[in-house]
Amino acid sequence: MVEITSPRFKQNAAGALADEQLQKAMNNVRSKFIDKRREAAEALPEFEALRDRAKAIKDHTLDHLDLYLEAYEKKVVETGGFVHWAQTAAEARGIVLDICRMANARTVTKGKSMITEEIGLNGFLETMGIRPVETDLGEYIIQLRGEHPSHIIAPAVHLTKEQVEEDFRRVHDHLPADRDLTEPEALLGEARKVLRAEYFNADVGITGANFLVAETGSSIIVTNEGNGDLTQILPRVHIVVASIEKIVPTLEDASQILRVLARSATGQEMSTYTTVSTGPRRNGDVDGPESYHVILLDNGRSAMLGTEFQEMLRCIRCGACMNHCPVYHSVGGHAYGWVYPGPLGAVLTPSLIGVEKGGHLPNASTFCGRCESVCPMRIPLPKMMRHWREREFERGLNPATQRYGLRLWAFFARHPDLYRAVTGTVVPLLSLMAPKSGRFGWLPLAGGWTRHRDLPAPEKRTFMQQLRDREAVSRQAAA
Amino acid sequence: MSKQPTDGRPKVALFVTCLVDLFRPSVGFASLKLLEEAGCDVEVPMAQTCCGQPAYNSGDRADARAIAENTIHAFEGFDYIVAPSGSCAGMLRKHYPQLFSGDPNWEMRSRVFAEKVYELVSFLVDVRGLTKAAAALAGSVTYHDSCSGLRELNVKAQPRTLLRSVEGLDLVEMKDADVCCGFGGTFCVKYPDISNAIVEKKTEAIAATGAGTLLAGDLGCLMNMAGKLKRQGSSVEVRHVAEVLAGMADAPPIGGRG
Repeated sequence: MVEITSPRFKQNAAGALADEQLQKAMNNVRSKFIDKRREAAEALPEFEALRDRAKAIKDHTLDHLDLYLEAYEKKVVETGGFVHWAQTAAEARGIVLDICRMANARTVTKGKSMITEEIGLNGFLETMGIRPVETDLGEYIIQLRGEHPSHIIAPAVHLTKEQVEEDFRRVHDHLPADRDLTEPEALLGEARKVLRAEYFNADVGITGANFLVAETGSSIIVTNEGNGDLTQILPRVHIVVASIEKIVPTLEDASQILRVLARSATGQEMSTYTTVSTGPRRNGDVDGPESYHVILLDNGRSAMLGTEFQEMLRCIRCGACMNHCPVYHSVGGHAYGWVYPGPLGAVLTPSLIGVEKGGHLPNASTFCGRCESVCPMRIPLPKMMRHWREREFERGLNPATQRYGLRLWAFFARHPDLYRAVTGTVVPLLSLMAPKSGRFGWLPLAGGWTRHRDLPAPEKRTFMQQLRDREAVSRQAAA
Repeated sequence: MSKQPTDGRPKVALFVTCLVDLFRPSVGFASLKLLEEAGCDVEVPMAQTCCGQPAYNSGDRADARAIAENTIHAFEGFDYIVAPSGSCAGMLRKHYPQLFSGDPNWEMRSRVFAEKVYELVSFLVDVRGLTKAAAALAGSVTYHDSCSGLRELNVKAQPRTLLRSVEGLDLVEMKDADVCCGFGGTFCVKYPDISNAIVEKKTEAIAATGAGTLLAGDLGCLMNMAGKLKRQGSSVEVRHVAEVLAGMADAPPIGGRG
């Protein structure tokens, strides 16, 4: 299982801020993804309308989720595939293991999938004696390092190419030591060569799904490396692990959402490969698996239906929210302490592992709103983070000093006369105490502010006091 | 709905904002001057305190509601409610109705109220039709887009239009002007290290413009950026955009000089 370190978010963040390699690597996210998305969105006049359409498709689907899931299952069975329903991560892992054992599998290739991260599949398979091999370049790199993805579409984005070179030299020790690996292309070429053999060795291929299509019983994946295709076509068995909200009614719906997916994610019009799989190999097919399984995972999602967090289930995992998030840019994905980082993680993580453990994440946001402004599915992320803060407050989960401080301030804010009296005393005092520079370098109880910045000193009297002074002067002048 | 006085001067209530009241009254006086010059009859209801955003964003809905009820009560009966802050105006305009959603007594009342709320500079340009500011400021200036004003209220072109008309002022755009400064209300004290990392990027972008003055429309962001600039020893002077537009940029800048 993926270890949950979300309760230590602050320590994680401090470590990330002090990590020079990470900070260097994060600069790439800040510039590249944002510019490319903007260019792609601007180049398509109907982009905003497509976002509306995509949102409407998912809203409709979520309102009739049971109907579409059943229709999907029926179609998969018709095409010769199997559908397995898993309520929990443990159930899903068990089903994968059963299928692998039935296939006498020793090696499993994997396409890039966040859902198998969520259920902690790799570690589980290893303990069961089955070797999982990640085939997406980024996933392959972090598997070599024993890490987890720090970004949902660019799992190794927290690394520099120098770090990757070091890992390849360490692990691929059968290759000549004097080979040139300075260019990213050389790293890609080497990974490709090493992985090529694995595709043919693998007994089972496991992929996630970007979409499940109720109309046809198909699963759709998008990749830029083609690794997903080799993963699902070459082994004898193909297992699709997907959460229930991946469903869309028709192929036409999927293609509408595809038009916003890659543009929002990488700024591409389409990902390089969009692959539709429907059932196992049929008579006369030149390739394809002998058996085709779909594991439909709930793992807490159906409990989000009908709540203020339902809209989160529209998410298509493009990563635009984290690409545009100043907090994510600063601390990277690992600081969030579980599978899903960034704004989407800030909403989803408390839903899936509980707000007791994930409570920091919805709090660690400036509410700048940039995530919502780029989300192709128009998910109101800040609003839902606020809902989590409300749940926390209701249950008394946030620190007592914060709560009492807030309640005390709110008491004054609710009583304007009292508020005037108190602020009218405190502000002139503070002004008297202020250094000549016009700012405080340190002030009791303001350490959170003054640790990193000065506090501008107030003027001698509040606005309300000064206004009354002026009114008094003009009354005198009139008299 | 609301009655316009016969001489056509709209009745405007100034929502001063708590930060301006406590830390930077000159922004309040600049706002009064700008609104009066734009042909408004301005009043400052004394029963105002804060918009309630700290409570609202901390999950304390009950206190946020109580504060919102007071605010709505104090500001009803005006044609417009104007605040020199995109963040507070956004709270009043966008979030009050959400706070009362489904409440038969307050939902409609909060909607009627919300529709009359504007951020100061966008009110001057979009409602009062101002295209020029009667002010002068020699030197180069860079402008930071505060998040709520930008993304909730669409405040972007308006301040730039007016600033370009200020005599002697040279507006230089910084990189990522629309990216958060790291203030985020209580965020900056709850997660000071992350806030610091974000504001460092911002001050880097400000310094790269070579501008002598930094302007924005929200005092929270301004105090954050000024606090960081001063800690870094920067000589950039930080002011609220209203002070410059009102020709009142002679007071000491936010956080002092030098």
